[in-house]
Amino acid sequence: MNRRLSRKVAWDALGLVVFAVMVFPVFWMVSTAFKNEDQINSFNPTWLPLHPTLAHFRTALHRQYFWTDIKNTLIVVLVTVGIAVVLAFLAALALAKYRFTGRNLFIVLMIGIQMLPPIGLIIPLYVLLGRYGEVNKLTGVILVYLTFALPFSVWTLRGFLIGIPKELEEAAMVDGSTRIGAFVRILLPLVAPGLVATSVFAYITAWNEYIFASIILHSNSKQTITLWLTNLLGGGRSIDWGVVMAASSLIAIPVVIFFLLVQRRIAFGLTAGAVKA
Amino acid sequence: MAGRSVPYLLVVPVAAVIGAILGYPMYSLVRLSLQKYDLFALIAHHGTYVGLHNFGSVLHDSIFWHTLLRTVVFTAANVGLTMVLGTLIALLLVRISTWVRLLVTAGLVLVWAMPPVVAVQVWSWMTNSENGVLNYLLAQLHLGNFFQHDWYATPFWQLTMVTTLIVWEALPFVAITLYAALSQVPHELVEAAEIDGARSWRVFKDVTMPVITPVLLILTSLSILWDFGVFTQPFLLIGAGHIVPGNYLMGIYVYEKGYAETNFGLGAAISLLMLVIVAAMSVVYVRRMLRVGEVE
Repeated sequence: MNRRLSRKVAWDALGLVVFAVMVFPVFWMVSTAFKNEDQINSFNPTWLPLHPTLAHFRTALHRQYFWTDIKNTLIVVLVTVGIAVVLAFLAALALAKYRFTGRNLFIVLMIGIQMLPPIGLIIPLYVLLGRYGEVNKLTGVILVYLTFALPFSVWTLRGFLIGIPKELEEAAMVDGSTRIGAFVRILLPLVAPGLVATSVFAYITAWNEYIFASIILHSNSKQTITLWLTNLLGGGRSIDWGVVMAASSLIAIPVVIFFLLVQRRIAFGLTAGAVKA
Repeated sequence: MAGRSVPYLLVVPVAAVIGAILGYPMYSLVRLSLQKYDLFALIAHHGTYVGLHNFGSVLHDSIFWHTLLRTVVFTAANVGLTMVLGTLIALLLVRISTWVRLLVTAGLVLVWAMPPVVAVQVWSWMTNSENGVLNYLLAQLHLGNFFQHDWYATPFWQLTMVTTLIVWEALPFVAITLYAALSQVPHELVEAAEIDGARSWRVFKDVTMPVITPVLLILTSLSILWDFGVFTQPFLLIGAGHIVPGNYLMGIYVYEKGYAETNFGLGAAISLLMLVIVAAMSVVYVRRMLRVGEVE
């Protein structure tokens, strides 16, 4: 018994070590953001900010283009997610509720596209967007993001729709509703959480995107927030790490909050069926 | 009769959008790869047909083969580390007390949520040679003299630092998914095997492994695909100014040749080669997921 207990304690201790190692970089980001210059530049760093300051956050928020780029990002993200979720919902309905010729091909496309490395497509997309005058425009970025948001949303929503028992729908039809009526009154409320989760996840992906934005958007006033953040390091000036970490924290916060809300619902989409959690 | 066209009408919008903004570029990728298409061609909106010339020059370029080999080794190292460490963490999660498990899971989800670009900034800060906390910690642990140690001095170390970043970012997904799979392993079976005197390794191999193998397969193939095509992390962590042929990965190679040197035809040929490799590797994953799509 004693041996078993001490073994349990050892496992727990190891668990705490894993926790500490994994979380440390996040902790260090937040901690640095609140430290004053002297503490940041010290060769003997302290774990916690001794005299917490909001100065770096203030500097970051007032840094040129921050709000412009936040606005750009929100436009891109909201338009992308809006279009993607509506269109994807229709396709997901078809996949979940109907059998039709070409269904398997469509599924292969939806999964296959998600596997394409974005970097493999920058050349033709750049050339084509250039031809149609969409380089350095937010619409160009939105179009590109749609190609990746759509397959993901179709696949995830399909998963949510399958989870709804057919009997519920049929019961509503027996009660005299039309198919559309059954859809609006029965299906929609049931799938609403799935729609929210899918939207949020598509939102996170678009918010975090870097490659296409950096290829398509060139001028500082037209960039998204990930580009703004990476620009803080460039330019050969000595790097103000306090500001970089404060900005990083600010940009991570909305993503982390949203991710925590939907992680349980979405996380297994990629391995759906393999884990029957 | 009208009922039969419903699924098609539902699928059409998505198919049309994807056809227009992905299908057309794919077609154009093939065309570009057969053309000499530089900055002038970009402005004039058309290149010169050169047949398979671009493919010839890529396949005769030793940089291509070195980059491909480096990317394969890099991918193997990243996937190997991610899968082994991820499995170990998942197995650990089964053994620890509930409160520790909740704490570790919360930490993992937090890391999972970090935007990659933010993670790169944090890594740059922690590993910078002047006053990065990594050098300080290693010195404190008496692991040697790390005063102002430059972690980005050689291509090997640059890519090693990229690996640490990628593995750190990928571990939560692997560990949490595997933990979910492990919770499907029947408790009675494990206990029965233990009572029969089976060693823990045998229990793992004969009882646990068969249950989690499908998940391991999917996670491994996903990791291979992601790590092979990686761009953002190496590009930003090594820094655009320090990218040289000696530390190219396939994604970086496409970017440098095609986009940065504005040799779009050549870049298209490299992209196409890269996509073919990725497509071949993704067959396993797509087939498995297709089976999932059929079951319902």
